[in-house]
Amino acid sequence: MKIQRPGPLAVALALAVGAFLLLPLLAVVPISFTPSRMLSMPQGSLSLTHYRQLIDNPDWLSAILLSTKVGLLTSAISTALATSFALGIWMLQPRFSSLLVGFVLLPMIVPPVVSAMTLYFLLTGLSRFSQAVGFDSVIGVTMAHIVMTVPFAVVMVLVALAQVDRRIDLAARGLGATVAQRIFHVILPNIGFGVATAALLVFVLSWEEIGVTLFITSVDAITLPRLMWMGLRDNVDPAIAAISVVLIVMTTLVLLIRMAFQRRPEFEEE
Amino acid sequence: MRNRTAIWPALALTAPLVLFLACTYALPFLGVALWSVTLPELGTGQYQRLVGDPLVASVFVRTFRICLIVTVVAVAAAYAITYVWVRGSRLQRRVIEICIFVPFWISLLTRAFGWLALLSNRGLFNSWMQALGLIDGPLALVRNEPSVIAGMVHVLIPFAVLPLASAMRAVDERVLLAARGMGASRLRIFWSVFLPLTLPGVIGATLIVFVFSLGFFVTPAILGGGRSIMVAELVYLRMFQSPDWGLGAAISVALVIIVAALMALLSRFARLALTGGGK
Repeated sequence: MKIQRPGPLAVALALAVGAFLLLPLLAVVPISFTPSRMLSMPQGSLSLTHYRQLIDNPDWLSAILLSTKVGLLTSAISTALATSFALGIWMLQPRFSSLLVGFVLLPMIVPPVVSAMTLYFLLTGLSRFSQAVGFDSVIGVTMAHIVMTVPFAVVMVLVALAQVDRRIDLAARGLGATVAQRIFHVILPNIGFGVATAALLVFVLSWEEIGVTLFITSVDAITLPRLMWMGLRDNVDPAIAAISVVLIVMTTLVLLIRMAFQRRPEFEEE
Repeated sequence: MRNRTAIWPALALTAPLVLFLACTYALPFLGVALWSVTLPELGTGQYQRLVGDPLVASVFVRTFRICLIVTVVAVAAAYAITYVWVRGSRLQRRVIEICIFVPFWISLLTRAFGWLALLSNRGLFNSWMQALGLIDGPLALVRNEPSVIAGMVHVLIPFAVLPLASAMRAVDERVLLAARGMGASRLRIFWSVFLPLTLPGVIGATLIVFVFSLGFFVTPAILGGGRSIMVAELVYLRMFQSPDWGLGAAISVALVIIVAALMALLSRFARLALTGGGK
């Protein structure tokens, strides 16, 4: 059955919305080449000053390194916790499954500012015992990022599990496989792509987390978004344009790669 | 087919995350709730301020007003773009997909900065308009309420797209075909058949977007320029600039209650949509 394609009016409206979505991202590009030290459009000459700053200025470099470190740690721990949890729910369907899932999804649903307060309470409390795990510490930031990203990982892994044919797990069980054997030899190989996507998503979320990080850091644990925030409030530093362009290009590349890999199972959704 | 002896593996697999979040999230939230009734002194004084203090009340009113506008605009815009994403040609779908998902994955900060780059005094729009001689001086387009609304709509459109898309995909093509067969115009089919059929999706998207918009912090803080403060920014200010932790905690608890009420509403609608419409 041939479906009636959208008319010209509908297409025009959709393209207008699409332009609205892309425009602010595109506007960053020319600004990043300004020779001026203020946020402005380049007049006449272009310059790479602000890109150089990202390498030459130790603040930017250390923020990038810290964000990478926190992102990798968060990604590993968050994905592991989420995968284990999702496997427990899917394989064994314990009582109160929906209640458990609802509970672990809370940090995703509760307004970020409330989560920020909550984690501020936690980390300032921990600071009383040890500076290394509390407020404004790398471990503290990582812990907060795990809390904030784990619901997204749980959702991704549960979605991947929903596509696994339960009968293969039943067959393994019927043949006497232990829980560990079912997990490592049957289920995990089937959800590898989902788990890898979850790990990538968590890394990206942690890499750009600001709402909570703002509450729980002050001078030591300065992640990249935290540094950007400091340069954004009042006098806008055009180095932010340069780092924004880098981030936009990176994100777009990752997305295009993902799209290319995902094309294969397309027949399933259409 | 549940295996009763499997209780221990289930516990071992789910417990680490549940315990982790109990310690790092649930318990500290109770601590925040405790702050709200003990700082600076024991009692419900902070909650009375939520409605009694003119400053706090005005911030709540402004937040609701901005969030309502943002929700209506974002859902309408998302509807337009989702319609073509779901029903368009292959090329149209691919283009729209990029428009929706590239911005979605880019950080809030970068996007807020993008609006500054586009609209600030020496940004793209003002520079070009001046170069073309259409305006004499730069127009003040950011650090005000409309720019906050634009920035928030930008962030929230993708969140509205997903519920709308699933509602639109569930529409039975034969119903539209029947309407066309009986001579209805394009507009008539859309208005009298397609839109009513996707209404559950619209309601779901509206509630999701509204809930998300309530807690917005980064976008209003940067694009609002400290003038049109919203609830989340008020919490930040009460924590770090003129410390009043009790009030910050009370606002947090109030936000959670509002969001919980809206989510309860949402789940009721989701159930209605499941039992009522289609499939």
